[in-house]
Amino acid sequence: MTMSEKRESPLAKAVRETSGVVLAECYQCGKCTAGCPMARYMDLTPNQIMRLAQAGDDAALERLLSCEALWYCVGCLTCAQRCPRQLDPAAVMDVLREMAHRRRKIPAAARKILAFHKAFLATVEWGGRMAEIPLVLRYKMNSGDFLSDVFLGPVMLAKRKLPLLPHRIRGRAEIRRIFATCRKGTRP
Amino acid sequence: MKTLGYYPGCSLSGGGIELDLSVRAIAKVAGVELREIEDWNCCGASAAHSLDHSLAVALPFRVLALAESQGLSEVLAPCAACFSRLKGTQVRLTRSPELGQRMQELVERPYNGTVRILNINEFVASLLAEGLAGKFTRKLGLKVVAYYGCLLSRGEDIVTSDDAEDPQGMAAAIRVAGCEVLPWNSSNECCGGGFSMSKTGSVLDLSQAILDEARAVGADLVVTGCPMCHSNLDMRQLELLKRRRVPGALPILYLSELLGLAAGLEPGALGLGRHFIESRQLVRGGA
Repeated sequence: MTMSEKRESPLAKAVRETSGVVLAECYQCGKCTAGCPMARYMDLTPNQIMRLAQAGDDAALERLLSCEALWYCVGCLTCAQRCPRQLDPAAVMDVLREMAHRRRKIPAAARKILAFHKAFLATVEWGGRMAEIPLVLRYKMNSGDFLSDVFLGPVMLAKRKLPLLPHRIRGRAEIRRIFATCRKGTRP
Repeated sequence: MKTLGYYPGCSLSGGGIELDLSVRAIAKVAGVELREIEDWNCCGASAAHSLDHSLAVALPFRVLALAESQGLSEVLAPCAACFSRLKGTQVRLTRSPELGQRMQELVERPYNGTVRILNINEFVASLLAEGLAGKFTRKLGLKVVAYYGCLLSRGEDIVTSDDAEDPQGMAAAIRVAGCEVLPWNSSNECCGGGFSMSKTGSVLDLSQAILDEARAVGADLVVTGCPMCHSNLDMRQLELLKRRRVPGALPILYLSELLGLAAGLEPGALGLGRHFIESRQLVRGGA
């Protein structure tokens, strides 16, 4: 066990165990934020998230779990690619987002993004594969975002880009069992 | 005939169907049989790793285990996101035997880690090495910018065949197809990825920047290998045109479509008629 691990906060421990990232190694160069395509939309930038996570106290955790920025990570891998300490800020954000979701701390601005992720996974849980028409219908029901893109569906159907009936795999019971086990909170 | 495992992924029977059509078409031209993994499931994409780190590994794990049990040692995943999730899982399993053990218990399938996942650029490079260019009959003579986006350029130990900051994996194929590859700065910038519906404004901003630079360097079209990039640059370009944020339409093709055209295949058979931005005029007599 290293010095930094001995003194780590419960948050730092959870981050290290789930993502492999040792928060204490971040020295705040800001390269993650400089390259982040979504930083301009964020209320906390990636390096600020790393700094607050290092602090790890109750006030920092509250600020982290209620921020919008966690939901705006697009998963482009730029921060992890460029970090001079070989850390992965996006993986840290994944851990924090999962905590925020489990504690039902969803900022209003992120509700559409969460609705989309959940609609996506619901179609996968149902049939084993993502299906676009059920995904969009469920997303619209959950988000209340009824009016956007209403013209695109018919155009996509006309261009034969959407299958009318979603394909369901034979192993869908297996997929449902995997979802159920993960929901119970099994750690990988 | 060489056989390669095939993981089309969910997009390729929906919004990204042109990628499926054109990959299958050039494989046929090259004499490669694509054998689809039986009963494959979704890789989980951004949604799984956004909300559940176990699910994000378990879903790709089942796909890898199925491929191995079906005797497929090499699997092509043309969708950049599927490739990144499948290969990323493979990399994590290699690093942590303990993770592999837990996944075998969770998924209830054995997996010995023998499957190699290929992305579209690696697949195309292997076709060229086996003489695909000898089958090219149509001189395209187009000015192209190669757009890799995120998941065909980045990911430690995932995109091992290319340079993250200056990816070149498509360039040779585009040149062999009789096109000029223009230098530009946006080759590995992000298009906004999976936020097309849930944070559309960011997709419009990021995709506009990419289209603006492509036009500024004089490109006739953008070539990509990723269905999310394609959808954001092609379908979302309609909105940018409507709002007059871009001055004119710029066609977006998949790398496999460009190579199919070079091989003399019909634009419609490759899926060009299904794009939102018309591209069939790029080949003489095609439109």
